[in-house]
This record gives sequence, structure tokens and C-alpha cells, in this order.
Amino acid sequence: MIHLSNVSKTFQLKGQSLDAVKDVDLHIEKGEIFGVVGYSGAGKSTLVRLLNLLEKPTNGTVKIADYEMLKLSNRELKRARQEISMIFQHFNLLWSRTVRENIAFPLEIAGVSKAERYEKVAELAKLVGLEGREDSYPSQLSGGQKQRVGIARALANEPKVLLCDEATSALDPKTTNAILDLLHDINQRLGLTIVLITHEMNVIQKICSRVAVMEDGSVVEQGNVLEVFRHPQEEITKSFVKQLTDPEDSNQAIEEQLEQEKGTVVRLTFFGDDAEKPVVSELIRACNVTVNILQGNIANTQDGSYGSLFVSIEGDAAQLNEAIEFLQDHQVEAEVISRA
Amino acid sequence: MLENVDWDNMLGATWETLYMSGVAIFFTFFFGIALGLILFLSSKGQLWENKVVNSITSAFVNIFRSVPFIILIILLIPFTTAILGTMLGPNAALPALIIGSSPFYARLVEIGLREVDKGVVEAARSMGANQGHIIFKVLLPESMPALVSGITVTGILLVSFTAMAGVIGAGGLGDLAFRDGFQRNSPDVTLVATVITLVIVFILQGIGDVLTRNIDKR
Ligand SMILES: Nc1ncnc2c1ncn2[C@@H]1O[C@H](COP(=O)(O)OP(=O)(O)O)[C@@H](O)[C@H]1O
Ligand SMILES: [Mg+2]
Repeated sequence: MIHLSNVSKTFQLKGQSLDAVKDVDLHIEKGEIFGVVGYSGAGKSTLVRLLNLLEKPTNGTVKIADYEMLKLSNRELKRARQEISMIFQHFNLLWSRTVRENIAFPLEIAGVSKAERYEKVAELAKLVGLEGREDSYPSQLSGGQKQRVGIARALANEPKVLLCDEATSALDPKTTNAILDLLHDINQRLGLTIVLITHEMNVIQKICSRVAVMEDGSVVEQGNVLEVFRHPQEEITKSFVKQLTDPEDSNQAIEEQLEQEKGTVVRLTFFGDDAEKPVVSELIRACNVTVNILQGNIANTQDGSYGSLFVSIEGDAAQLNEAIEFLQDHQVEAEVISRA
Repeated sequence: MLENVDWDNMLGATWETLYMSGVAIFFTFFFGIALGLILFLSSKGQLWENKVVNSITSAFVNIFRSVPFIILIILLIPFTTAILGTMLGPNAALPALIIGSSPFYARLVEIGLREVDKGVVEAARSMGANQGHIIFKVLLPESMPALVSGITVTGILLVSFTAMAGVIGAGGLGDLAFRDGFQRNSPDVTLVATVITLVIVFILQGIGDVLTRNIDKR
């Protein structure tokens, strides 16, 4: 659906050049939700703007659906953009228009008649859960509702691709989840291809099937979400994965506990179906050790679960080695954090 | 008290002031928006980015904005007589009024357009909007409160311009205050003309405030 080959973007700033996107290759399948994660300034927004040519690549080719984007005339590009919608972190609604008029805006641009526009708006308002709010102005809506308007507006011309630039970054966690559910639902129902940019790993974890990690303008790692979670290669990817399994506040709790622990603290990482097996109780039985659960965390991705568990194991050296071996035999990754 | 006031004259002069201000406001609104759009769109990073056009428009606006109005009227006498055939009466004041206030309003329009959220323009572009869509469906509607409050300020300036234009024979309340009030030494005429001018200004400001408040849905 989307093919980027050797795409680069260099900005010229007062004689200095800045490589915002460096030599990126990406292939995104039809109907998938593809995530791009990276810290602020990594070049994510620039990358996504290269897709609908809001920014012109310095190098490389961009192919979306059947459009060879860089070869389109101005007119054709405007046509193509109607099939590649976008939603934004700050919603970018027109405050001077009601919800109905905002959703109808892309239809006006596409030259759809007024009667058809309003019929379509009613349908979209229902789809995104904004029925009855059509006559409100954006200033009268909450952040989550504003993003729903943004989504309805983006769907108005029945696009093939939806680009989301930090679409949930201005929202609280609960609203973020609701919006992600809506995007997932739309992806399932309409078969829409979604490209989702974020700096938050939990967004990727919730709805993406594949992910690319960006650092300093380059894509440093990409693959299936669960696969990347399981075997992160790059330091930056590891730090993103840690965001999920080791919430900041509990890290401190673990450290405090480490000081007092008599046993050996081990961090277990589970994937997929393993997360549902009674590994810990089997461990106690098989190796005759005492296991103390310190802290646990589980995250559900589109392809299965991913969890981490901090336990303290008490026993003699031989028992401990046996325990670690037992765990590894059961396809649980065990990392010794501190020895007694 | 007010024995020198000829109320028929006063009423006639009031109408002339209203007529001059009204027509001038109408044309200033369109010329100012057109000029303001050129100033804005030709500036750096905008749709029609063009240094030459921007510098020329900017220079034109600055020059006409800095020439004192009374001098502008005199400078424009040949132009006015060429297009209207006369230098007297309310119509003769219109070219100078419009040329004097449009550049002022254009700067206010430009400021208003700069306030429009860039993200909204970007959203429109991402939907495949052309330049006409961006100007008429995004930039102008989204800056409308600033455009309306700007034309209110400009309108009030125009009322004072009409009074100055009166001095060279354009008619209106300024003319009456100068000729009947000052030259014939009837301060009561000047007083009444002043009060009526003030009332016009207050009403204009009131209308502008109400309109701005009603359009602004932010
Ligand atoms: N229009 C622009 N002109 C110059 N530099 C830009 C422009 N847009 C982005 N940049 C620069 O490119 C880099 C990447 O920015 P961006 O793509 O916004 O990153 P992200 O979305 O990952 O935070 C930053 O250093 C930013 O300052
Ligand atoms: Mg960004």
C-alpha cells in the first residue's frame, strides 16, 4: 500500500542543512496499522508529511496505493490527497465551523453536493460517536470529542490511508484508549491502512501490528510489534520497551525492595501464550525454592501478551542455577538483577 | 443656547458624514482585505512567497499610511478631478478616504491572517484544498473576528478623516463645524457637530463589538 524507498529530507536553515529524515525504506501493507515510534525531534512528523507530500522529499520515491506521488501533477496530487487523510495532535479543526461543517469540509473541497454532504456527515457522526453534537462548535467539545471530529473529517472522502501524527498525545490516558479503540475499530471495519506516529510505546502496543523505531532521522529497527518487544536490538528500542514493562514509579519500589531482599532478584519476561502458563508454581514445585513476587506487569499487543515479573528466589546456589535453567527451558527469559 | 444651529443644515451634514463614512468603509473593507491578503500570502513561508511583490506592496502600504491625511487629499486633487470632474461635495472626498484608510486596514488584515492557526491551513492542504479553498474557506473565515474589529477601528478613523475632508469643501459635519462654527464664530454649531460625531463613533464601536462577539466561536 505504501512504499518508501531511500527517502530523505534535508531542510536548509540559514545556510545550515539539517537532515530530518535519512534514507528511509518502509513498506506498509494494505489494511495494517503501522506504528512509528521515536523521541521528539527524531523526524517522525517530517516522515509522515513526506507521505502526502506536505513536505517534498529531497531524495527517494514515495508510492501510495497506485500513486507514484512525486510524478503527480498539482491537480492529481490534490486528488490523491483526498485518499490519504490525516489527523493531528492538536486536531486542527476550524473553530469558525460547527462539528457538521467541519466534517463536511473535505467534501466541500471534493465538490460534493450539499445534500450528499449532510447525509455523509450524519453517517460519520454516528460512526465516531458524536451523534447529537453536530451543531456544537469545537470550543464546546472535550479533547477526545475534538479528535473524534478530526477522525470523522478524515474519513469523509473514504480514504485508503489514514496518517495519524501524535493523534493521542494531547489526550489523557483514558481518552487515548477510547480513541485508539475507535481507530482499531475503523481499521477492522473499513479495511483502512493506518500509519500512526507516536512517542509513546503503549500506543504502539495497543493497536499496531508492525512498528518502526526512529532515531535521529533514521529508521533503526522495524518488525512485528511482539517480535520487536521480544528481541529489541538497539538501545533506543530497549528503552522504549522498558517504558511499557517497567513503569517509572515501580522501578523505585523495586530498588527499595532490592536493598532489603534476602533472595536473588530475577526479572522474568513472558511472551504470547507463555504469559498464561503457571510457570511460577511449577518452578516452586520442581526446584524446591521459595519464590517471592515483588512486582508484575502485563501488556497486551495485537499478536499476544507481553509481560514482566520481578521475583525474589531464595535457595542455595545449586538450587538457584537449577531454577534459572528451569525457567529458560520453559521459554521464559530470566535476567538476574541482584544476587543474594 | 444653540440659537445659531440650523437643524436642517445639521441634519444634512450628518447624512453627508454618514454617507462618506459608509461608502468609504465599504470599499476599504474590500481593498484592505485584498491588500492584506497580498501582504500576507507573499510573505516568507506562505502560499505565494515572493520577496519582490511583498516588498513593493509593503512599501506602498507604508507610504500611504504615513502621509498625513490632509496632505493626501491635496496630493490626490488631480486624480479626483480627473475621475469625478469636481473637487467639491461628499463624493469628491471618497478617493482620498479610501486610499488613505485601505493601507491602514490592510496591515490590520495582515495581522489577523497571521493569527490563523498554521495547523488548520496544513489540515486543509492535506485534504487536497487549492488556493481558493484555503483563502476563502480557511483564512478569511478563521480571521473574521480580527477583520471585523479591524474594520471598526478603521471606520472610526474614517469618521475623523471625513471631518478633515470637510475643511477642503467635502461637506459633512466637519465642514459645518469649520465654516459655520469656527469661521462665523458660532461655537454652539461646533459643539452640536462634535456631539453628533461622537455619537456616530460610539454607535460604530458598539456595532463592531457586538458583531465581533457574535462571530467569535473560539
Ligand atoms: N519546516 C522545517 N524547517 C526546518 N527544520 C524542520 C522543519 N520541520 C522539522 N524540522 C526539523 O527536523 C527535525 C525533525 O522534526 P520532526 O519531524 O518534527 O520530529 P518529531 O515529529 O519526531 O518530533 C527537527 O530537528 C526539526 O527542528
Ligand atoms: Mg512531531
